[in-house]
Amino acid sequence: MANNSNTIARSFLQVASTEEVAPPLRVVQIEGLVILKIIKHCKEFSPALVTGQLLGLDVGSILEVTNCFPFPIREEDEEIEADGANYQLEMMRCLREVNVDNNTVGWYQSTLLGSFQTVELIETFMNYQENIRRCVCIIYDPSRSNQGVLALKALKLSDAFMELYRSNNFTGEKLRERNLSWVDIFEEIPVKVSNSALISAFMTELEADSPITQCDYDRLQLSTNPFMERNVEFLIECMDELSIEQQKFQFYYRNLSRQQAQQQAWLQKRRSENMARKAAGEEPLPEEDPSNPIFKPIPEPSRLDSFLITNQISNFCNQINGVTGQSFSRLYLMKALQES
Amino acid sequence: MAASEHTALQFTPVLSSSSLLAKVHPLVIFNICDCYVRRPDQAERVIGTLLGSVLPDGTVDIRNSYAVPHNESSDQVALDIDYHHNMLLSHQKVNPKEAIVGWYSTGLGVTGGSALIHEFYSREVPNPIHLTVDTGFRNGEGTIKAYVSVNLSLGDCQLAVQFQEIPVDLRMVEAEQVGFDILKTPMVDKIPSDLEGMEASMQRLLALIDDVHKYVDDVVEGHTASDSSIGRFISETVASLPKLLPSAFDKLVNDNLQLCGYLDIGGFLSD
Repeated sequence: MANNSNTIARSFLQVASTEEVAPPLRVVQIEGLVILKIIKHCKEFSPALVTGQLLGLDVGSILEVTNCFPFPIREEDEEIEADGANYQLEMMRCLREVNVDNNTVGWYQSTLLGSFQTVELIETFMNYQENIRRCVCIIYDPSRSNQGVLALKALKLSDAFMELYRSNNFTGEKLRERNLSWVDIFEEIPVKVSNSALISAFMTELEADSPITQCDYDRLQLSTNPFMERNVEFLIECMDELSIEQQKFQFYYRNLSRQQAQQQAWLQKRRSENMARKAAGEEPLPEEDPSNPIFKPIPEPSRLDSFLITNQISNFCNQINGVTGQSFSRLYLMKALQES
Repeated sequence: MAASEHTALQFTPVLSSSSLLAKVHPLVIFNICDCYVRRPDQAERVIGTLLGSVLPDGTVDIRNSYAVPHNESSDQVALDIDYHHNMLLSHQKVNPKEAIVGWYSTGLGVTGGSALIHEFYSREVPNPIHLTVDTGFRNGEGTIKAYVSVNLSLGDCQLAVQFQEIPVDLRMVEAEQVGFDILKTPMVDKIPSDLEGMEASMQRLLALIDDVHKYVDDVVEGHTASDSSIGRFISETVASLPKLLPSAFDKLVNDNLQLCGYLDIGGFLSD
């Protein structure tokens, strides 16, 4: 008897003391309804950028997103801040009444040509992470979707990066220590789409009979010049910003080496003074002098911005790659048509 | 009180129903189905508000919807009006242009309680549209119908109101843009990337061209009767290919290829 109760007590204790290890997030499962809602909201307000809240369930290694609602465009006014919070509470309460999952799992935002890697995104992530164990951000690009591609992706910050951000220290050695480079900031999570049986029945019925759809018309369109132009423009801007950051670093390193040279010179002088004093039988002066301004450590500029810029550049390059791939195929198709 | 068709009463339609058309966006259908799947156990159907706008040519554009909790017994219907107004305000904070255009209910056909609800909505909006979505697939298919109310009067005395059906435009352009493949299967493992999508489109185009080719061959060999309108379409399409000198066309294509090539290499290098 005593044994039994001991084992039971121990197992309770064990359960209470072992922390649940959350399985890593592997897949984000979105419902078709959410995709349509996001598309509608982003398209209606394009080119302005909009955001909204995602609701759903966190199940093991799958994050299910079952519904969402848009945020009104926020004015830059203190009073409206409270309104925004009220709106959110009101929406969640109303949706709860019709049995929608009342659980926030992240947010979505629209972007212009993929330029979304900013410090604000990281800060929003950190804010959400305080309250929710697992959250995800869905980025939708309405301009790319005009090309017939569903430009939707799910992102989250990598854990290593989050720890580093909390310590707010982005110097070179810290990053080398943790082996963190610019690819490690954001993690893209694969997206699955699910639909209830009812809606798939309806959609199967409502699908137009024609073998070619609007999607195909968009994809086979020959003129991609405006899109490519804007992409390349943004790329050039990013390159400019990157070169500014590089210059900052060069400046820092030059200052650092100059300071070190000064320190060496001062040290030499101090040492020769000390030798003279020793010869004269006096106390040697200390070899350090923290009050001297040349010993003040120069702060190293944060590498966060350059990492983010590099991320954006890589994004633009990938997009250009994608579009040129499509253009190649279209051009060859045209050539074949013309020849026959 | 949905009136029967066997009546000798006169119609005085509120609006000339021949010009009224309801255009439904796919999001509305998705919303309705989702609410139906999540309805409380004791409810047989779901009722909600339709949001949208009226286009200049009179078509009612139904763009969004939300469910409204209700209680229904054999002879009474109670709708949560506060909820309805709260949701409306919330939706209008995001998109002030979306106004009430009607209401929906799931199920086939119009029932007794619907007239009362329709009356309530008539007080919100002058001529509400009533949309029924048959989630039970009772006719073997998912019927989506829209109705407006039409007054029945005998002389000057108004007797009853009848639900008259109006045509519904269900062309789902947005759903087409997303791709029906993603929206009609219960589970899609991966959103197709640029090149995969391109490949799919090209395959469809190829299939179409093959079909046309086969049709033309059949007509030439006498297997199929020729249809001059189709023939004209085909000749117009072929003629619409711009006639450039081969050298000019080659130059055009090569320039574009070069541009794409440079950008591609640039992309790889900066990575």
